[in-house]
Amino acid sequence: MRRWTTGLALAAALLAAACGQNGQKAEKAGIGPMGGELRIYNWSDYIDPALLEQFTKETGTKVIYDTFDSNEVLETKVLQGNTGYDLVVPSNNNLARYIAAGAIEPLDKTKLPGLENLSLEVMGYLAPFDPGARYAVPYMQGTIGIGYNEDAIHKYLPGVDIDSWKVVFDPANMAKLKDCGVYFLDASEDMYSIALTYLGKDPNSKNLADYTQATEMLMKVRPYVRKFHSSELIDALAAGDICLAIGYSGDVLQARDGAEDADSGAKIAYVIPKEGSQAWADVFVIPKGAPHPAAAHAFIAFMLRPDIIARASNYTAYANANLKATSLVDEEVRSDPNIYPTPEVAKRLFVITAKDQALLREVNRQWTRVLTGK
Amino acid sequence: MKPERAALAAVAPYLWLLAFFAVPFLLVAKLSLSDSVLAMPPYAPQIDLSRGADGVRAFLAALDLETYLRLVRDHLYLDAYLSSLRLAATGTVILLLIGYPIAYGITRCAPGPRQALLMAVILPFWTSFLIRIYAWIAILKPQGLLNAALGALGLEPVNLLNTEAAVILGLVYAYLPFMVLPLYAVLTRQDESLIEAAQDLGASPTRAFWTVTVPLSLPGVAAGALLCFIPMAGEFVIPDLLGGSETLMLGKVIWIEFFANRDWPAASAVAIVLLVTLLVPIMLLERAPPKVLR
Repeated sequence: MRRWTTGLALAAALLAAACGQNGQKAEKAGIGPMGGELRIYNWSDYIDPALLEQFTKETGTKVIYDTFDSNEVLETKVLQGNTGYDLVVPSNNNLARYIAAGAIEPLDKTKLPGLENLSLEVMGYLAPFDPGARYAVPYMQGTIGIGYNEDAIHKYLPGVDIDSWKVVFDPANMAKLKDCGVYFLDASEDMYSIALTYLGKDPNSKNLADYTQATEMLMKVRPYVRKFHSSELIDALAAGDICLAIGYSGDVLQARDGAEDADSGAKIAYVIPKEGSQAWADVFVIPKGAPHPAAAHAFIAFMLRPDIIARASNYTAYANANLKATSLVDEEVRSDPNIYPTPEVAKRLFVITAKDQALLREVNRQWTRVLTGK
Repeated sequence: MKPERAALAAVAPYLWLLAFFAVPFLLVAKLSLSDSVLAMPPYAPQIDLSRGADGVRAFLAALDLETYLRLVRDHLYLDAYLSSLRLAATGTVILLLIGYPIAYGITRCAPGPRQALLMAVILPFWTSFLIRIYAWIAILKPQGLLNAALGALGLEPVNLLNTEAAVILGLVYAYLPFMVLPLYAVLTRQDESLIEAAQDLGASPTRAFWTVTVPLSLPGVAAGALLCFIPMAGEFVIPDLLGGSETLMLGKVIWIEFFANRDWPAASAVAIVLLVTLLVPIMLLERAPPKVLR
């Protein structure tokens, strides 16, 4: 259900992009910065719709909200220029490329009260990508880990603790899980960062030989992977169709809640493996040539309000960077170490940095080998 | 018709071709000769018109065939190309085997049921293509409708989703109307008296079918096969949703180049190669005996 709505939203997004010019004219015709409209392009299933209604009620600004489900789609669209969007939400590791390409506008911080509430730790994650925090304000952050069906996994892997990347990268384990069903993310940079971590290498290695070694390891487990996909794991875990998936924290937790709501009997758990994993943050940025930059700033300021961002976290099951909001987040969300990692876990988290074009191409080529098994 | 209107009628198709085929084709071809860079837009060179003819010359000098060389050097592209053609060919053969009897059966019906059956062929178009393919996920997935039905019959469950078989099933399902309708159009116009004549001359119904009906319907077969084969070779959505990762078709390769590698020139080069090779069968058919495609 969710996935085809995403598809429809994507189609709507294309239409909206095609019609973007009209909105521009409307604003120039004097509807003014407030009132008017705001076009947002964000990840699928990533905001409480009630928040958008509230924003419209408070500011009179109509929100046109479209969704995507991969950083690649977003980046390609933004680099094309004239998307018609005012606010888009890439992940931290792509930010450097957006800035280098001149694809996003610096923020006017005088219009963004509440920036001082943001956690220095999260801003530290972002510093390598956006020095001086000139372009981006964090929305949600999370980790990559293992989502699994508790009952099923204990049946197929009796006595194995699910606390290590070994579960998914050791062919002996994966062979036993094959019939139960395993999904991997189809995101080459994310997958290599954790594969390198498991091999004891630098997750941001710039050495192609490290990636080749990781590819060899992945090739040994790929026959046991049912599907490489970055968003279908939510439905598949929730419906009990698969046993285990490498996934983004919030997606797995949405699968857990989905399984409870649907009464599918699947008990879904999430773990950040002990070897460490990738932490990431999705950030608000304003694309170059955005038709309504004032409305975009107003929306970021709205999302910087602790009461608002707390409700966003309640909905998405992701942590936010706003320190004043933490106490306002639902107890079960903020006390969940998978969402708000404990200091010991946080020490094992890393961020990934941008690769140059030549390395990126090689890494993606190797990933295609993993995908196709050839 | 007045002479100027006749001239317009003669030129219009070419204007159409120019606007909707030649211009986009040239844009993509130009892109395939460029290099990918980290900029907006993410390729170089751009034409610098402010420098006049010098700008154009500099632009042309910066174009090269490097991207095409890469397509030749890496076997990934050939593999994907061959697997696209193989899947499209398999799909086309199965579609013919299923579509021909359906089209033939519909023409044999009384007018009332015939309209209803034609309607049934067209009806799926009223629902979004994407939704119909998602519906196949619900049918084929491990805990899906198919396995529930098999279980109720006491049979072993099958795991079809994310296999090549599922891709072919999806292709056949999605393109069936495109096979049935051209075949129906040809079969329904066939002169009934030809069959009667054949039978009067002593041909059995089977023989009359194979020596009269089938040869006369070949233009429909060709049209249906082309109408299905060409889009199936470039299909992206069906293999992405129903296939596993080892089913690599060119649509996915273009996706990888365009989105994951941010390499628009490479994506364009793959698209150009696909387009050029798909044009060949169309041109052959154009030159074939004039009855074909009529």
